[in-house]
Amino acid sequence: MHLVYPLVLAVLLFGIGLYGVIARRNAILVLMSIELMLNAVNINLVAFDMYLRDTLHAGQALTLFVITIAAAEIGLGLAIVLMVFRNRATTDIPELRELAEHKEGSV
Amino acid sequence: MTVAAATATGLPALAALLGLFLGRRVRPVLIAVPAVLVATGLAIAVAAGIGDDVHESAVRLTPTGALDITLGLRVDGLAALSAVLVTVVALLVQIYSAAYLREDPRYSSYAALVSLFTAAMLLVVYTGDLIVLLVGWEVMGVCSYFLIGHHWETEAARSASIKAFVVTKLGDVPFLIGILVLGTGADSFRIRDVLAAVPEGGAGWVTAGTLLLLGGVAGKSAQVPLQTWLPDAMAGPTPVSALIHAATMVAAGAYLVARLYPAFLAAHATLIVLAVLAMVTMIGSALAALAQEDLKRVLAWSTVGQLAYMTGGLAVGGRDAAVFHLLSHGAFKALLFLGAGVVIHVVGTGALAGMGGLRHRAPIAFWTMTAGLAALAGLPPFAGFFSKEAVLGAAEHTAAGHGPVPQTAGWLVLVAGLLTAVLTAAYATRVWLRVFFGPARETAPGAEVPAHADAADYGRPTPAGEAPAAMVWPLIVLAVPTVLFGFVAFSGLPSLGGDLGYDELTPHLPTTVLALAAFVLGAGVVAALWRRDPAADPARVLGPLRGPALRGFDVDGLYAALVLTPTRLAAKAARFSDGAVVDTYVKGAAQSAWLLGGGIRRGQNGNTRLYLTGLFAGVVVLAVAVAVGS
Amino acid sequence: MNLAVAEHGFLSPTGAEIAFVLIGLVVLGSALLVVTTRQVVHAALWLVVTLGGLAAEYLLLTAEFIAWVQVLIYVGAVVVLLLFGLMLTKAPIGYSEPPDSAARIPAAVVALGATATLLTVIVDAFRTAYLHLGDDTVGSTEVTGQSLFKVWVLPFEVLSVLLLAALIGAIVLSRSRSRAHSGRKD
Repeated sequence: MHLVYPLVLAVLLFGIGLYGVIARRNAILVLMSIELMLNAVNINLVAFDMYLRDTLHAGQALTLFVITIAAAEIGLGLAIVLMVFRNRATTDIPELRELAEHKEGSV
Repeated sequence: MTVAAATATGLPALAALLGLFLGRRVRPVLIAVPAVLVATGLAIAVAAGIGDDVHESAVRLTPTGALDITLGLRVDGLAALSAVLVTVVALLVQIYSAAYLREDPRYSSYAALVSLFTAAMLLVVYTGDLIVLLVGWEVMGVCSYFLIGHHWETEAARSASIKAFVVTKLGDVPFLIGILVLGTGADSFRIRDVLAAVPEGGAGWVTAGTLLLLGGVAGKSAQVPLQTWLPDAMAGPTPVSALIHAATMVAAGAYLVARLYPAFLAAHATLIVLAVLAMVTMIGSALAALAQEDLKRVLAWSTVGQLAYMTGGLAVGGRDAAVFHLLSHGAFKALLFLGAGVVIHVVGTGALAGMGGLRHRAPIAFWTMTAGLAALAGLPPFAGFFSKEAVLGAAEHTAAGHGPVPQTAGWLVLVAGLLTAVLTAAYATRVWLRVFFGPARETAPGAEVPAHADAADYGRPTPAGEAPAAMVWPLIVLAVPTVLFGFVAFSGLPSLGGDLGYDELTPHLPTTVLALAAFVLGAGVVAALWRRDPAADPARVLGPLRGPALRGFDVDGLYAALVLTPTRLAAKAARFSDGAVVDTYVKGAAQSAWLLGGGIRRGQNGNTRLYLTGLFAGVVVLAVAVAVGS
Repeated sequence: MNLAVAEHGFLSPTGAEIAFVLIGLVVLGSALLVVTTRQVVHAALWLVVTLGGLAAEYLLLTAEFIAWVQVLIYVGAVVVLLLFGLMLTKAPIGYSEPPDSAARIPAAVVALGATATLLTVIVDAFRTAYLHLGDDTVGSTEVTGQSLFKVWVLPFEVLSVLLLAALIGAIVLSRSRSRAHSGRKD
């Protein structure tokens, strides 16, 4: 198999994930887009592991680690989103602007 | 010898220190008078024992780098005699002040300042180092400032003290530079070394240094163009005028020239300048003195004129004559001022218009001041006649082409001196007649008379009696040298430290005749006018000149036009350029930063997506840049 | 070997390559739907398709253990978690995100730019690289497990601690509303 096939797949998937991260409003959808980007990386890792015949199998091991970390990240991210939703009754990222500079006159 | 001189200098300084700290508890007189009394004794002892020697001792306190400053004394005949003058006048003034300012609340600080002044003047007189001399010189200036402003409740005293300080300081700037020029040229600040380093026939640095020194001389001795402060300085108490602004400090300028005379003698350009200054000062001040309406201002202008005689004498190479005049003038002018103080004390005003017929009410002042005025006018056999004649003789000697000094200087001083002699005789006669003769006046009618500071303190005329003994006795003491000091001319002064220039002091026939003729002319015209109408002011002889002369020829106005107005305009221009030009840049910089910040602030709107977009776009751009660049 | 590599051309694809490309198209299509669909729950379901397709791709790359882990964790756990999240935030089934074209255009520009850059670089670098598959022992569970517990055991353990911390953190964050509320007010 040509190495280019998985690599191009990974690049396109990464681009789609990037688009989703920026364009999506809902925080959970943003988390999904992040998953897409992480998976793109995983494809790269596996493909290069196979291509290089790595005796340590670093690619596969790192893929497993990434999957694990992604799971942890999703768990924490969802917890944060839930808390935000409880406090603000929204998960719309553009509406969460508390850290912006206050307009003149407001506190 | 030098130890005695140092002690004489140190005692008044100690008295000043004690007076400032203990003045509230101990009677100031008990501190000030004994100190200056001992100092007087020491100064007289030094002068008596000096002979022809030059005693010099120096202590090098600490290395001071390239400019080596030594704390040294240089006692020669000139210094010893001047010190005697300083201490004697200071002693008399301290005694006199004890009575004159008896009820003054600030008498203790006054006495301490006079003591400090005495110490500073003695330092100037005795010191052998130019830098140390500068220290004494400046301390004198400060004391003068404080003492002129003694009655600081009055506007006149305040402005006069500031004016005196600023104007003399204006002269001190070139003075300091001049000292540095001389010190650098001679590679030492010791007077001995400087004088030894002056080459035969002069040198560029000598001329430059002495010309710069003239600035300080003109400032301290109130010579043109810095003469304007002295008449205003009469706002100070009368004893201060006698001590500082007549006998000693103002003479320091002339003394300095005499002290550094070999250097001046080698710089012909400086002598010519000095002669021109003396000429202008002499005639102008005599005219101004003739027109004044205030007794002390008359004396102040006459001081300016007599100091011009000294500088004129120095300019024509007659150092001994100039020093002779310095000493005799110190005596009779101190007498005149102290006498004026008695007169003011009796009458309650300093205005000539408020005086008259005082020869009965103040007989001692009348007789002593008569002697003083006669000396001032140059009537033989009083001291002033001989000393002035000596100056004129020196001028004549130089004008005739003898001696090392240019002939021009001789002619300038001779002509101006004779003309001034006429005027001096005129105003001395005018003052004598208007104060002591004519009808007695109870109130001062002249509206144009300036309010006198002293009059505020002694507004009550004392009909009975003349004045306290402490005020009268100094007059009698001073009258002795006023009458007799002139005869020194026949025996000659003690050696002033080296033969320099023309040192003949005995009267010569041509100048004596001319001087006497001048006296007769001046005094006669005024006396004749007086006889015709005793109520009218003989100053009317000046005609149209009288107004300008009364105002000191409006030199103040001239300075205002020449210096103040341009300075104000420049200040306005600077303010405008600062406010309208420089501030625009500053404000523009702030405004642009503000606008830039505002633009960037737009981005900080809290929208996470915007941040992310910017972040990723930046990464892409950087990646492309790296990919393309590699 | 080198000669063999040189002989592999793009015009004569192998069966594995054909399968990889087809499944890849499915993956990309569903991923596009994930980021574009208006309906939130649909997005989660399309994510299942994408992740499952990726698992198939791992199998084609002979990484069988990774593939099963992918299915187990992503499809089994993460997506379920996301669905729970959607439900807890009360997203209705028919919820459609408001159109936000102002954000889409810069997002598309940035994404396309990144994609184009990466594509250029990668295709330029690996145009001729060939992946020799067929040695199916490489990605087997046995091999992976051995390398994981021989070579990578320390990161593995560290990662387990990280997971534990994330677990506790998630519990703390989402446990009590009032506690969290008061904590925020401090």
